[in-house]
Amino acid sequence: MKPAPFAYKKARTLDEAMALLGGQPDARLLAGGQSLIAGLNMRLSAPSLLIDINGIAGLDGIALKDGKVEIAALTRYAAAERSDIIAKHAPLIARALPHIGHVAIRNRGTLGGSLAYADPAAELPACLLALDGEVEATGPKGKRSIKAVDFFKGLFETALRPDEILTALRLPAAGKDSRVGFAELARRHGDYAMVGLAASARAAGKGLADVRLAYFGVGATAVRAKKAEAALEKSDVEAAVAALDLDPPDDVQATGATKKHLAGVLLRRVAQQLMEAA
Amino acid sequence: MSDTQIDIALTVNGEPVSERVDARKTLVDFLRDDLGLTGSHIGCEQGFCGACTVRVDGEIVRGCLMLAAQCDGATVETIEGLSDSGEIADLQKAFAERNALQCGYCTPGMITAAQDLLQRGGVPSRDEIREHLSGNYCRCTGYHAIVDAVEAVAEARAGGRK
Ligand SMILES: Cc1cc2nc3c(=O)[nH]c(=O)nc-3n(C[C@H](O)[C@H](O)[C@H](O)COP(=O)(O)OP(=O)(O)OC[C@H]3O[C@@H](n4cnc5c(N)ncnc54)[C@H](O)[C@@H]3O)c2cc1C
Ligand code: FES
Ligand code: FES
Repeated sequence: MKPAPFAYKKARTLDEAMALLGGQPDARLLAGGQSLIAGLNMRLSAPSLLIDINGIAGLDGIALKDGKVEIAALTRYAAAERSDIIAKHAPLIARALPHIGHVAIRNRGTLGGSLAYADPAAELPACLLALDGEVEATGPKGKRSIKAVDFFKGLFETALRPDEILTALRLPAAGKDSRVGFAELARRHGDYAMVGLAASARAAGKGLADVRLAYFGVGATAVRAKKAEAALEKSDVEAAVAALDLDPPDDVQATGATKKHLAGVLLRRVAQQLMEAA
Repeated sequence: MSDTQIDIALTVNGEPVSERVDARKTLVDFLRDDLGLTGSHIGCEQGFCGACTVRVDGEIVRGCLMLAAQCDGATVETIEGLSDSGEIADLQKAFAERNALQCGYCTPGMITAAQDLLQRGGVPSRDEIREHLSGNYCRCTGYHAIVDAVEAVAEARAGGRK
């Protein structure tokens, strides 16, 4: 199928993009296009105007600022994969990136686009939640920060207002005692996960503290498994698996029961990653 | 002012091209319908199959997930360009010799993706080849012969046997 007709404007500045966004009710921002154009081709949506933000200077780049890794929204997955800052200071993101789609998808897709799209089976929203990160939204009244836990509202639904643009994401930079783990199960490499788990923790003596387990592909948004986190902090992996408080619905990939089982499999793998260096 | 028609000027396979395109036209449709470059194929229009893989500014992308309007100022290379320049002559030969194609529908995208990997230099492992080609579907060969062909070319380019 081909997209329904729409108008196209390439914005040169953030202000221009915001003015265009505010000026037309069914305008959509075009970032990497790796979800949006696929949807347009299927006529899943038919916006009247696409505002291309790819030409806005300064909307991409990765920096270390005040103990945080700041990633501008238009940064492409491929650029993040090549980044030393990500490799050193955001190891969870570095582990997750190769699981996202394929090379050609990662050459175009953006980190900001992934968060704004909020696919329940996507890797990055779960990483943001596991790391207790935040997004920066810029609107006509200026910038605001939104914590991951408040940002993802539901299936493909975020706290962004219609006139706001996601301009950056920020994560606490990994320290010496930071531990991360990542695993997912997908039918083929590069597919969206059936179930996935992004985790962070702090090494404390022989064990772990501040464990955050963020599952994806198990519901409308990424979710934390808090009871399992508490059990892991007591170094009891099997108790953590038994305590998994998830209730994944059936979907096209697998039944809820299968997903729940796989969530336990992933937890054992990720627990080992978290404890390995601890 | 109509923003549903966009004027673009770009380079395609080394030649300058200026056209007026529908805003909604994808890059692969533009290449096939407006420029007659039908080597880039269309399978799914969803980003899954890789049949539409082309190079834009040196990087492989999905031709079905970019708009022609976004390519103003870009350098686009298609299988026709890669073939004419001789850049992939050894890959083409190895694909033919090792039966790495049957119907050939996936082949332009497959070779474009393979060349992207080989350009990085060195001899990738079979797993690395599979991972790099994971976004390109082939419904005929079962992939084994494709991996064989790419591996053989990598070794030959690195100065190994054959
Ligand atoms: C074959 C294939 C496999 C894939 N596999 C995976 C996978 O395994 N895991 C995964 O996570 N993703 C996967 N994806 C999706 C990919 O990661 C997308 O790139 C991502 O979901 C969206 O990012 P984008 O930059 O392409 O955004 P676009 O497609 O341009 O935009 C998506 C939506 O977000 C909005 N948007 C984009 N940027 C902003 C912004 N800065 N501010 C506000 N709104 C914005 C757009 O208006 C649009 O509604 C896959 C895609 C394909 C085609
Ligand atoms: S036609 Fe573009 S990926 Fe299938
Ligand atoms: S040779 Fe037929 S799809 Fe690959």
